[in-house]
Amino acid sequence: MTKRWQFPPVLAMVLALIGLWYLAAIPMNIKEVLTAAERAGATVQPASAQERRDMSNLSLVFQNPGQIGDSWSTQRPILPAPHNVLVELYDSTIDEELNGRRGLVRSGSLSNRSLVYHGLVTLNATFLGFLIGSCLGIALAVGIVHSRVMDMSVMPWAIISQTIPIVALAPMIIVVLYSIGIQGLIPKAVISAYLSFFPVVVGMVKGLRSPDHMQMDLMRTYNAGQMTVLSKLRLPSSVPYLFASLKIAIAASLVGAIVGELPVQKGGLGARMLAGSYYGQMEQIWAALFMAAALAAILVWAIGAAEKATLRKMGMAQ
Amino acid sequence: MTQVLSAFAVWAAGFALNLWLANGPARDTAATRLAVPMIFGATILLMWELLVRGLGVPTVILPPPSMIAQTFAANLPVLWADFTQTILKGALSGYIIGCGAAFLTALLVDRYDYLKRGLLPLGNFMAALPIVGTAPILVMWFGFGWQSKAAVVVLMVYFPMLVNTVAGLQDTTSMQRDLMHTYASTWGQTLRLLRLPAALPFIFNGLKISTTLALIGAIVAEFFGSPTQGLGFRISTSIGALDLGMVWAAILVSALAGTAFYGGMTALERRLTFWHASQRK
Repeated sequence: MTKRWQFPPVLAMVLALIGLWYLAAIPMNIKEVLTAAERAGATVQPASAQERRDMSNLSLVFQNPGQIGDSWSTQRPILPAPHNVLVELYDSTIDEELNGRRGLVRSGSLSNRSLVYHGLVTLNATFLGFLIGSCLGIALAVGIVHSRVMDMSVMPWAIISQTIPIVALAPMIIVVLYSIGIQGLIPKAVISAYLSFFPVVVGMVKGLRSPDHMQMDLMRTYNAGQMTVLSKLRLPSSVPYLFASLKIAIAASLVGAIVGELPVQKGGLGARMLAGSYYGQMEQIWAALFMAAALAAILVWAIGAAEKATLRKMGMAQ
Repeated sequence: MTQVLSAFAVWAAGFALNLWLANGPARDTAATRLAVPMIFGATILLMWELLVRGLGVPTVILPPPSMIAQTFAANLPVLWADFTQTILKGALSGYIIGCGAAFLTALLVDRYDYLKRGLLPLGNFMAALPIVGTAPILVMWFGFGWQSKAAVVVLMVYFPMLVNTVAGLQDTTSMQRDLMHTYASTWGQTLRLLRLPAALPFIFNGLKISTTLALIGAIVAEFFGSPTQGLGFRISTSIGALDLGMVWAAILVSALAGTAFYGGMTALERRLTFWHASQRK
């Protein structure tokens, strides 16, 4: 059978999204653009800024088609065009480290204005929180599988704990921990851990219970103790479930770290976003957002790669 | 000291009671299933109260539950206004718009295979992204009112809902679809009579995930700017004033709202998907 060549659908969708973005940037930025053009001496349709303020963005676009091109290169855009964000991303990572006064080349340490530094701060908290959260989740799952009391008393509360919007309470946790002298990495990691433990608990409980009756009976005929059953049967058969939940957990843990950085302005992507929002630097927010998205993609991909390698080693790969 | 000791006594008593309930003669009754987590929760609350009092923890760090309850009872009108602002106006409207839009998109995606292969990987990718990060941008676009909170919520619930609904709409066997085909049923009829009911468990899964996301989005967005009411505003300003009782009261409101929202969705699910294997007794 010959395979008909098709334009890859994902690529088409991404291109369509970028196109939409450029289109949306025109009406979003038109007021700023017209103000700048007026100052530069060009004639714009309603001459005074006061009239323009009360008009809709779209009608301004149609009255001033000549200014459309400037929407994608304005100094302080409300919606920066994709290439502006990419330029900002380049400026605040590679360019800042290579040529900046405080960059890696000149000063020997990462610049505190670069996204590389802030990304690493966030990544640190993410990893620590992920580690705490997944260990706690696994321990809790082992307990739940082995003890009926824990299953009945802890599981409903674990579910209820997830209906509480804890991310929103992150600032409080940080301030409280700060007031008893804990600061820096730990408070952020606590929030990350809280977000990442639940998917691991649910996945692991399912995984540890996945061995069927035949397998459990076989272990019983060997007169295996609970510990042996756990290490030789339950844990190995829960590995696919574990990796599936770890993928969710690490994405959640990144969200936790970013939100945890909002109240304490001591570096990190979340701090960058808040700073950008205070000073109206939209490009800075978008660049931090892109960085966070890239981090999330890399982390999930890394866990997926580890999953593939582990399952192949264990002979469980499909 | 006696309070600390009695805290551990309470814990031991609660644990022993649960142990007896869970393994004793009444282990499989519905009452036990309800009582065990209740006793566990009550034990934790009592221990919290006794430990905070016994160890003399300053209320600035951790107020005892009784103080939180007092603040909660004394500030009901304020908290109700916050609740209306954040939950009813911000979260709920965004939730309805976002889930509705995702549902309609899912119908489109399901209809056209090209869209499915293009949008679904993107949707899966977006669902893993820290979308909370768009909150400062949206607050800047839509202002400090509830509209910007609703916009954040729309973005946050859209992708999980989309992915779940599309997965649900595919959850019919070819036998079932063939049967509908032999009945000469149209696309609309197949959708209404076969595929939507089959998709309901997945749709409700998406709706339930989205309840928590909606609350998170609405509250976090308030940290970037809000009118002088709202749960996020209350939390951040009360922290500034070190009024920890009020902070915890606001947390209590959001926790109650989150649990009620989730519970409501679960109840609705049970009514509408009573036929599904996971709901049968």
